[in-house]
Amino acid sequence: MPTVGVKRDLLFNALGRTYTDEEFDELCFEFGLELDEITSEKEIISREQGDSKASGASDVILYKIDVPANRYDLLCLEGLVRGLQVFKNKLEAPRYTRVSPTTGEVQRLIITKETAAVRPHAVAAVLRNITFTKERYDSFIELQEKLHQNICRKRSLVAIGTHDLDTISGPFTYTARPPGDISFKPLNQTKEYTATQLMSLYKTDSHLRHYLHIIEDKPVYPIIYDSNGVVLSMPPIINGDHSKISLTTKNVFIECTATDLTKAKTVLDVMVTMFSQYCSRPFTVEEAEVVYPDGKTCIYPELAYRKEKLSGEFINRKVGISEPTEKIAQLLTRMCLLSQPTGAGDEIEVEIPPTRPDVIHACDIMEDAAVAYGFNNIIRTTPRTYTVANQFPINKLTELLRQDLAAAGFTEALNFALCSQEDIADKLCKKISDTRAVHISNPKTAEFQVARTTLLPGLLKTVAANRKMPLPLKLFEISDVVLKDESKDVGARNSRRFCAVYYNKSPGFEVIHGLLDRTMQLLEVKPAREQGYHIQAADDSTFFPGRCAEIFVHGKSVGRLGVLHPDVIGRFELSMPCSALEMDIEPFLGHTAETLLTHDVPMRETIKHIPPRQGHSQQPLPGPPASTKTVFGDLKTPEGLKALNDFLVDKSYVEGFVASQADVAVFDAVPSTPPQTLQHLRRWYNHIKSFQTDRARLPTTKTQFVLLNACPSSDHASDEDIDLFGSEDEAESAEMARIKEQRLAEYAAKKSKKPALIAKSSILLDVKPWDDETDMSKLEQCVRSVRMDGLLWGQSKLLPVGYGIKKLQIACVVEDDKVGTDVLEEAITAFEEHVQSVDVAAFNKI
Amino acid sequence: MLNVFAIYTFNTRGQCDLSFHTVSGRATSFPFSVKPRIPIMADAGSVEALLQLVEKADGGVDSLDVASRIGVDHQVIVGAVKSLQSLGDVISAEQRSSKHWELTEEGTELAEQGSHEARVFSSIPPEGLPQSELMKLSFGKIGFSKAMSNKWIRVDKSHEGGPRIFTSVESIQDQVREKLLLVQRGAALEEKDKNELKKRKLLAEVTVKSYWITRGSSFSTTLTKQETELTAEMIATGSWKDRKFKPYNFEAMGVAPDCGHLHPLMKVRTQFRQIFLEMGFSEMPTNNFIESSFWNFDSLFQPQQHPARDQHDTFFLSDPALAHDFPQDYLERVKRVHSEGGYGSQGYKYDWKMEEAQKNILRTHTTAVSARMLYKLAQQEKFTPVKYFSIDRVFRNETLDATHLAEFHQIEGVVADYGLTLGDLMGVLHQFFTKLGITKLRFKPAYNPYTEPSMEVFSYHEGLKKWVEVGNSGVFRPEMLLPMGLPEDVSVIAWGLSLERPTMIKYGINNIRELVGHKVNLQMVYDSPICRLDS
Repeated sequence: MPTVGVKRDLLFNALGRTYTDEEFDELCFEFGLELDEITSEKEIISREQGDSKASGASDVILYKIDVPANRYDLLCLEGLVRGLQVFKNKLEAPRYTRVSPTTGEVQRLIITKETAAVRPHAVAAVLRNITFTKERYDSFIELQEKLHQNICRKRSLVAIGTHDLDTISGPFTYTARPPGDISFKPLNQTKEYTATQLMSLYKTDSHLRHYLHIIEDKPVYPIIYDSNGVVLSMPPIINGDHSKISLTTKNVFIECTATDLTKAKTVLDVMVTMFSQYCSRPFTVEEAEVVYPDGKTCIYPELAYRKEKLSGEFINRKVGISEPTEKIAQLLTRMCLLSQPTGAGDEIEVEIPPTRPDVIHACDIMEDAAVAYGFNNIIRTTPRTYTVANQFPINKLTELLRQDLAAAGFTEALNFALCSQEDIADKLCKKISDTRAVHISNPKTAEFQVARTTLLPGLLKTVAANRKMPLPLKLFEISDVVLKDESKDVGARNSRRFCAVYYNKSPGFEVIHGLLDRTMQLLEVKPAREQGYHIQAADDSTFFPGRCAEIFVHGKSVGRLGVLHPDVIGRFELSMPCSALEMDIEPFLGHTAETLLTHDVPMRETIKHIPPRQGHSQQPLPGPPASTKTVFGDLKTPEGLKALNDFLVDKSYVEGFVASQADVAVFDAVPSTPPQTLQHLRRWYNHIKSFQTDRARLPTTKTQFVLLNACPSSDHASDEDIDLFGSEDEAESAEMARIKEQRLAEYAAKKSKKPALIAKSSILLDVKPWDDETDMSKLEQCVRSVRMDGLLWGQSKLLPVGYGIKKLQIACVVEDDKVGTDVLEEAITAFEEHVQSVDVAAFNKI
Repeated sequence: MLNVFAIYTFNTRGQCDLSFHTVSGRATSFPFSVKPRIPIMADAGSVEALLQLVEKADGGVDSLDVASRIGVDHQVIVGAVKSLQSLGDVISAEQRSSKHWELTEEGTELAEQGSHEARVFSSIPPEGLPQSELMKLSFGKIGFSKAMSNKWIRVDKSHEGGPRIFTSVESIQDQVREKLLLVQRGAALEEKDKNELKKRKLLAEVTVKSYWITRGSSFSTTLTKQETELTAEMIATGSWKDRKFKPYNFEAMGVAPDCGHLHPLMKVRTQFRQIFLEMGFSEMPTNNFIESSFWNFDSLFQPQQHPARDQHDTFFLSDPALAHDFPQDYLERVKRVHSEGGYGSQGYKYDWKMEEAQKNILRTHTTAVSARMLYKLAQQEKFTPVKYFSIDRVFRNETLDATHLAEFHQIEGVVADYGLTLGDLMGVLHQFFTKLGITKLRFKPAYNPYTEPSMEVFSYHEGLKKWVEVGNSGVFRPEMLLPMGLPEDVSVIAWGLSLERPTMIKYGINNIRELVGHKVNLQMVYDSPICRLDS
């Protein structure tokens, strides 16, 4: 946020009254400014350089005011005063006009084609018969500096040059030349330098050296000459000394050179609107003509006033107030947006002046109305948005685990996600190339070279920083590490880890091992080789040889534990033995019936917002599938594909352990090659595709996966191509709205003729037998024998319940209108000799 | 559990050494199995004798007196007094101190054998003694000079065979010895004599501490032994009914329980999560620190030349440097709204570059995830209102100091629904901050590239007596929402604040590095109270 320093008395003088500091602070707050500091030059110098340097400095009171970054019109005293006076209804916003020179002779700036290579744009204007005083002059210079620092992005986008027009004569030429060919006397120097010399001269200049890089390595440097070959400036570095302005300057030529033309125009508009106040005809600016290399000419400054029409209702609705149209127009006028009701309903015409380039949308106008109304006068209301809260599952698990790990005697640490390469590699006796770490390109210090790939170094550093604490130190952290992962859109992903260390006079492997056992107990994983967890000796250079084990859960490795290698202990400046444990906790996420949120976005849009381009159907599909509706949902929709993808996460085939007709049927239902994001589906799809020639020979299947009763929807897609957001300008929108309405009407008519889409649900049932002697295959047969209209049985499996009893988990798809879960349960529990109970394990709308 | 024992029973009334529990407040500070020191108990015989003497003497007795009467060392009586004191009000003892003069070791020797000079005098036979012989005697040197100055002896230096000493008076009176004997008998001396003898290191003044012992309120000559702790056996036999128990010292601190601790910042995070869940907000999946500039900036209508996208403010990645997958249609719409405008906007009118959007960074705010969530919401067949929140890490390439880190936690809340107003945003903020115990709120117009209107939230700080900024908020711009495909009359309100600042205020921490990161002060973690934000 830019800060503008103004002299308090000068400010009050211009505002026409004095304020106490509190009153002025209040006024700023209301207007969206912040009175950051009340100080003086003397105070600033004494703070920065000591009291001795400060003696003799001015002790005039300065207000340092923070200005919003998009309000370039408030970056100087003139603009601040104007804005506040209009806001307080003490002044009408001036009207800025561009005038032709009285002499009839327009100043011209001719751009040559050489500038294209370095800084192609330029705009210019003239302030005629201006009267400077010391304060005005200072403010003029200061505004240029503020603009350079902010909108001009440190002169890289725009650079401003101001010149005493009476010392130079037009037309002016803006060209670019090799540095060796440029020679002039720069501002405040006594002799001429070549551009090359200047660049080395300014290398040590505390101010100018920051701008050198903008053109330094360019073959040619931008330069502006007058008709006599006098150098006006070498943008964006320095002006010529010849044309420098002074307190006695009467006529000012302003040029802005730029790489961004829009910004150049804005900067020029701000400069001239602020300081034309001091011209003999206030708020008039003399135009200048810019000639482009192609001969085209443009007149600057633009000083464009733009008109927008909006409704009072729009503002009332967005802000949450109910003001009459007149009142709203008055509110906007107080924000320098001259407004009046047009008389057509509650329509308001708003004029956006050239000083307000920040107003680019109706919402900006709405905000100004709210500011003028007073944010704190708006009544605070409660939205009626009804929602059900869900926790993010991995965070939920983390929260629960943290509590119990603290209860297990370990203390939580919180370390940085960024660290040095050394921390995650050398210090752990690992190679950086083996870490899968993401690397930062612009770290300010070595502490931020990479994102951590392990939590261990952070914990060891915490131990090192707390060596004076009584032993043993038992620490843990559950947090994210970052790993490179090609399957993600950004090429990396987070992984939630749990890490713990035990630091004492003896290694305490049994303590860390005990913590693992406790953690597994908390996570409901039993110690067992197959369906549980076990640890097994492993080699890892971070650990002491023979003192490291890998943790396996359900046969998959999830992490390691062991006694740290003495080299590792030494490299973290520790002296005692230490044991550690680190493991992934994402594999322990349970299943939930809630809709899961992920930050993966669909890369292909399901709702088209743009009319389909011609030649849309470039890739003819190998014949339309018989149906895209399956037990997984409609495979034409991303939800359906996602469901199928999820199903295939841990399965190779749709049914059983070999490819079958079930795979073929589902394959045919997938309309096109699945996107990369659905990697499991994609893998399966490619695999089934390879059976193409002998697909007929694949074994038949027991279960039907593709739903034949799905409604054909050949012209469905085109219905969705309604252009909701096509309108881009005011004139067209009415027409577009009419078309939109017409289309909507057509759509509704078409829809009413079509059979209604059948609402379906996929249900997972748990069927429990009486005892371990119940014949489960007979039970399944009984269940499958239940037949109803709109009911389709899917996959089933047996899951152990305990004491040798197994339950049958069976999926089915039902049409909501025809089959209810209660009816279904009733029908199944009717098989009394086999079935003890039936529960709905999961219920999802397709 | 020996420690508990020590604290409550042996350190009675603060008379014994309290170093046990005052030095170290916690059980874990006994790693080397220190055994508690048990004070020497006075032997029973002297306790009994003492009690009998106290019973007889009406006005009380002096411990020194008791010692000499019983014939034991005074320290034994002191021990008996202390052990009786620990039993309650059996006796009352008042400490006294008296000063008196005593002979030093040398003084005692002199009192027995006479002064050095007297011994010199008496050791000289009438025929005299060679000086060298005299000097060989232990008292020779000192006695010789004293006797000379008393003119008791004379030296004949010209005597053949070296100097020879003869007595010069008939008899002497050994005054020094007499004075010393007087002192030994307890008689008083003149000040002048005392000082002279003190100078000769024959006398010394000693302070004697003793107790004036009188009967206490529960005086008895027969003592019942006091129990230190209730035991299982006493409960079983019921013997506890007949026993007396030593009083506890309730001034001492207890032993800290052996437990782990949660980090204070995480405790505060838990509370903020709780507040959001209470308000019906669902948690966003913010477990993606690496983000493309596209989602972090472009999708939020933050122009590509915005200073926040500078190398000085944002961490860029060198590997993986670029993101490779974007929703192409949406990307086109974002490009257009930046460079040309649309959706009722003028746009920023600059040359939008794909290369800039592809650059991978460490996300600078969690709003990048909000953007993904809102885009996904727009992809739903039918819009449904949502309330989202997240609390997670964000990264800024900042210069570090006591209040700034390169990574911190951002708290963010988002509500999307039809027709939300600025008043609704203020209302939601009011509810949110009320749950934090902050009720006085006011709003300042502010600027943010992706919200319009934007408001800074200020709360009145009772301690500082001024308004302080507590968060930022706003309504997302249509240029951000409409390209995503959200319906035109849907408004999205949002706010954010940092987790660290409220935590530092809550736990009174001035340097952020003591709170977050490995330089954390673990003692602070151990000692931090539970987090109740509203009290």
